[in-house]
Amino acid sequence: MSSEYILEMTEIKKHFPGVKALDGVNLKVKKGEVHALMGENGAGKSTLMKVLSGIYRPDGGTIRLKGEEMRILNPNDAIKKGLAMIHQELTPVPHMTIAENIFLGKEQRKGLFADDRKMVKDTQELLNSLGFSFDPRTRMEELSVSRMQIVEIAKAVSHNADIIIMDEPTSAITENEVQKLFHIIRDLTAKGVSVIYITHKMDEVFQIAKHVTVLRDGQYIDSKPIEAITPEELVNMLVGRQLNEIYPKERQQAGDPVLEVKGLTQKNVYKNVSFTARKGEILGVAGLVGAGRTEVFETIAGIRKATAGEIYLKGSKKQFSSPTEAIANKVVIATEDRKGSGLFQYLKIKENIMASSYQKFFPRSVINGRKINAICDEEMNKFRIKAPDGNQLVGNLSGGNQQKVVLSRVLLTDPDVVIFDEPTRGIDIGAKSEIYKLMSNLAREGKCVIMISSEMPEILGMSDRVMVMSEGKVTGVIENTNDVTQDMIFQMACGVKEKVVN
Amino acid sequence: MDTKKILAFINKAKIIIIFLVMCIILSILAPSFLNGTNIINVIRQISIICIISMGSMLVIITGGIDLSPGSVAAVSGVAAALFGTRFDGPIWLVLLVGLLVGGACGLFNGIIVAKGKIPAFIVTLGMSEIARGVAYVISDGKPISGIPKGFRAIGRSSIAGVPVPIVIMVIILIVTYILTKKLIVGKHIFAVGGNQNAARVSGINVDRILILVYTYAGIMAGLGGLVLTARISTGHPNSASGYELDAIAATVIGGTSLSTGGIGSVTGTLIGALIIGVLNNGLDILGVSAYYQQIAKGLIIIITVLMDRKATS
Repeated sequence: MSSEYILEMTEIKKHFPGVKALDGVNLKVKKGEVHALMGENGAGKSTLMKVLSGIYRPDGGTIRLKGEEMRILNPNDAIKKGLAMIHQELTPVPHMTIAENIFLGKEQRKGLFADDRKMVKDTQELLNSLGFSFDPRTRMEELSVSRMQIVEIAKAVSHNADIIIMDEPTSAITENEVQKLFHIIRDLTAKGVSVIYITHKMDEVFQIAKHVTVLRDGQYIDSKPIEAITPEELVNMLVGRQLNEIYPKERQQAGDPVLEVKGLTQKNVYKNVSFTARKGEILGVAGLVGAGRTEVFETIAGIRKATAGEIYLKGSKKQFSSPTEAIANKVVIATEDRKGSGLFQYLKIKENIMASSYQKFFPRSVINGRKINAICDEEMNKFRIKAPDGNQLVGNLSGGNQQKVVLSRVLLTDPDVVIFDEPTRGIDIGAKSEIYKLMSNLAREGKCVIMISSEMPEILGMSDRVMVMSEGKVTGVIENTNDVTQDMIFQMACGVKEKVVN
Repeated sequence: MDTKKILAFINKAKIIIIFLVMCIILSILAPSFLNGTNIINVIRQISIICIISMGSMLVIITGGIDLSPGSVAAVSGVAAALFGTRFDGPIWLVLLVGLLVGGACGLFNGIIVAKGKIPAFIVTLGMSEIARGVAYVISDGKPISGIPKGFRAIGRSSIAGVPVPIVIMVIILIVTYILTKKLIVGKHIFAVGGNQNAARVSGINVDRILILVYTYAGIMAGLGGLVLTARISTGHPNSASGYELDAIAATVIGGTSLSTGGIGSVTGTLIGALIIGVLNNGLDILGVSAYYQQIAKGLIIIITVLMDRKATS
């Protein structure tokens, strides 16, 4: 049977412990088209693509390439079968050069030896043909995030694949570079290459895609030609309800300044960062990956050290040399890397919740197990952590529940300033809206809430004010009024425009 | 050249500069240090550690660690010595036995690390005990003397005035240099250490690279054991103990990172081994007791790595 589709994924299923990541998902891609794959975080897009590129084995369903049913055994097999992927989490080898990274796994040889000169030359030609002029001998670690992403794109193109999967390829590049990428994509599709394009950005979908498939919470929702759908319909397909319901934020009068930062600088990371955060407000912090947002707030929370600048807490000058000190002064951060620094995967829920507060509840350093159980039960109730009891290992919980455990631990310290770094990354929409409610309540209770987020709708939906950073500098602090658009913030995040109202 | 470039060069060549400064100080304090025979002596003394460290270095570049080379050297040396004294085979066969024993130990390490997903520290610690035990068992705990003359030659004779251990060391340095810098597999070794995930999605067979690297380390340990056995003219089950730590020390002094994989070089490791050798030799000439030498070696390891840290962070 010859098929008009180059790729047909049918009824794909994939389970992880505690989560149905994919529950009967379909994706059909024609030759030479740009097919957008959309869905909220946690909808299953990346999982589906990891199945397609041989990183995960599906638990059910079939994959047909050019009409032929096949299994994709591993990443190498995927590349051989004409599937190349640009990963969302960039995958450079930091100490190797651009050329070495691009040819990783398919090095050119001259007899027995690696032919470095030819690889450098070919890389140069490849980059030139894509409209970029970096030195192929530069080490990856010396590149900015945006340039690394361009190298990843070049790497995928260099495989001469039939299908290129691009998982949020524009998450870290500038508008100008996005247009170059679109040129590249149009060239590729003209040559008959199909592109599966994963993105959150509406405008990009309508600019470049021919067809769009939508997933939600691991389920297949629908697939439509782009002409047959309006942006509003697409949004409704994505979230499955009206947008305004998700964000429970009510605007309110902000109180006195709690946190004031003046000229904060960490050499080569961020520079001259100044802002004020007030009692009872949510300050959203927007920007691209690598803009230095996390680093600024990790400094405030005592994880990093600044090389210059001042931090004032309720008017008195502070410089926390450790998170312990910061927590004692009621400043606390929920880090973006949940697995890496937010949780103790192999400890129980109750031990996670208590981790930052033992000293507070047991000042004589002797622990009372019954009291811990009582605190834990109360917290699990309050945060609606779904687990039989506090003795479950955190590693076995779903992403949303894990995040609630993190927030519970952080808030149990009874902070005045709470910093949430990407609080809803990788969790499903239900848990998301609960976390939004929680943040909203915290602000109402008079806490100073700071929310670092890379998701524009979240920034616009939840913040009282928005601070934007670009390449280590603050490029804007604006009141989040109704006429603020994603586009305005995006331009500031790219450093195209600056605006500071305070 | 502007100052920035000069600074970058100094940073890169820092370890060489430390080494040269050491040599200059020693040659002022003890003029006999720069004597030709003494220099040959120093290099011969480091040759075994240097050979072993080439394997240790590759393992550390992939983000692992190998604690077994000392014991593997012993069991390889003992096995070859036994074979050489019991059978009247050609010398190359005797040596091959030693290398095969070493390679088999390394292959075992590699397979367990790659396929069993057990930390290299545990696997190679276990192998270290096993290999040492086997060395005792097959030798019945006694030194094996009377090894053939041809075997002894690789530790005791010279080629054109250059001791054979040095010749072997130079060959191994060149082979490892080519392996790391010129062959594709070298790029894959660095990639696996630099970002294992990236290596895997790029289609590199990570398991195969790990197995290869540990096997290479085993063969190097076996070779080191052969040279040592030849040098002391006996297969001694108790020999080469602690060599693995000297090899790791040479590697680390030479700039290979224990905390993040993907960094390391043959020249760096050679200089690391030379620093240890020159230090021992210099203190010997100055009449410092062996007890103090050990303290000095420990300090040098910490200080050089600390300086490296300071400069890169």
